[in-house]
Amino acid sequence: MEYATPPFFKRGPSLLTRFAFFSLLSITLLVADARFGYLHVLQQAVGVVIYPVQRLATLPGALAGRVGEFFVTHARLERENEQLKRRNLQDAAALQSQQAVAAENQHLRRMLELRERIPRDAIGAEIVYAPRDPFTRRVVVDRGSQHGVKAGQAVVDHIGVVGQVTRVFPWLSEVTLVTDKEQAVPIQVLRSGLRGVTFGIGYDGALELRFMPVNADIQNGDVLVTSGIDGTYPSGLPVAVVTNIERNAAYAFARITCTPAAAVGGFGQVLILSGDDGFPATPSAEEAVGKARKARKGDE
Amino acid sequence: MIRLPPGDGSPPEILRPVSIGYVGLTLLAALLVNLVALPGSLQLLRPDFIALTLIYWVVYHPRRVGFLPAWLLGLAMDVADGSLFGQHALAYAVMMYLAILLHRRIVMFGMRHQVLHVLVILGAAQLVVLLVRVMAGAGFPGPLYFAPSILGALLWPALFSLIRIPLRPRADPDAV
Repeated sequence: MEYATPPFFKRGPSLLTRFAFFSLLSITLLVADARFGYLHVLQQAVGVVIYPVQRLATLPGALAGRVGEFFVTHARLERENEQLKRRNLQDAAALQSQQAVAAENQHLRRMLELRERIPRDAIGAEIVYAPRDPFTRRVVVDRGSQHGVKAGQAVVDHIGVVGQVTRVFPWLSEVTLVTDKEQAVPIQVLRSGLRGVTFGIGYDGALELRFMPVNADIQNGDVLVTSGIDGTYPSGLPVAVVTNIERNAAYAFARITCTPAAAVGGFGQVLILSGDDGFPATPSAEEAVGKARKARKGDE
Repeated sequence: MIRLPPGDGSPPEILRPVSIGYVGLTLLAALLVNLVALPGSLQLLRPDFIALTLIYWVVYHPRRVGFLPAWLLGLAMDVADGSLFGQHALAYAVMMYLAILLHRRIVMFGMRHQVLHVLVILGAAQLVVLLVRVMAGAGFPGPLYFAPSILGALLWPALFSLIRIPLRPRADPDAV
């Protein structure tokens, strides 16, 4: 070019060049993250840098809560105290009978030489915020790898299953809720013992129980609890209640919609359960096939 | 007829010089507002204040902020939102490109027409995010998905005046 820009008008590379550079860089990151799951270290680093801002941003909410607590009326506190006392009495009665049942259960299990259920360690955590991402259902809690949280651990609240830890930062971790599209929970129908798997649909307040035959023994109002066969969720935790069943003979499976038990709003306390409950390691698919083959050869 | 900014025929305001520190401060404040926890689905309607602030600086002081800070803020939003790593970064790159391309034009219009320009820029950024997520296997989350862009564009005049408050010349320079 004969008529290049004079040096004193130079403002770096052209707009299109800069745009192309940064978009290509972003696309590289996207592919690396979506396809290969690299970049863990980079994400952790960014997470550490923005941690102070994240904590600062949660202050207004916490402050509003404090102020609200301060202005609670005396009458309301008294009423609440009354209710709690009554509840405590009921719970104490239930607990006493439960202790007896637990002891009996342990005895029976030992007699049957079943593996004893080991109580899991739990980490209490508080929900800090729900990320602004309309494509997923997640919350961020205030416990991270520094507190012993690991990816894959189950998260529950006082009512039922909340979800599973999917990403861990040093002081925060990300929990994918059971309502997320990519989240599946193995369940058992409390009434009939039928096993199945629930899947998130992608919006709040609904789950889908898939792959149930049209004539499956399932009714509206059935309580679904975790079956515990995945080794992630301990068995017996409430997951959802069946709210709607569509049986259409034209399809192989019934369309079953459920409402999740745990109510996860923006704020609240949850428990993160440690993943280890003494299950034997799951054999990988190849190992299982190899064993089956060997067994067959042995038969011949 | 040549239209004079800001559209009503009055001459443009003469502002005090902008320091890099002030630009950084507004962007940090925008990040903070973006991360404040809102209850429930209100969260999904919140406009992207970082995008709005970046557009402001690019349009009115194009040499104060470049691609790199926008891109880094995009990465920060990706980690905070737990979205795909690089999705906001790409969206902000597209947004910066459009804003720089249009900035000479936008300042020539009045507020009402500026809002439309901003709506297009914000919408394009959200569209990029949507395309990326759909390619990664997500479904369309419904028409409300674009609500943050519309709300963001409507907030443009307010943000415009807010950022300018510290930049206004002192009422009576001789009195100092």
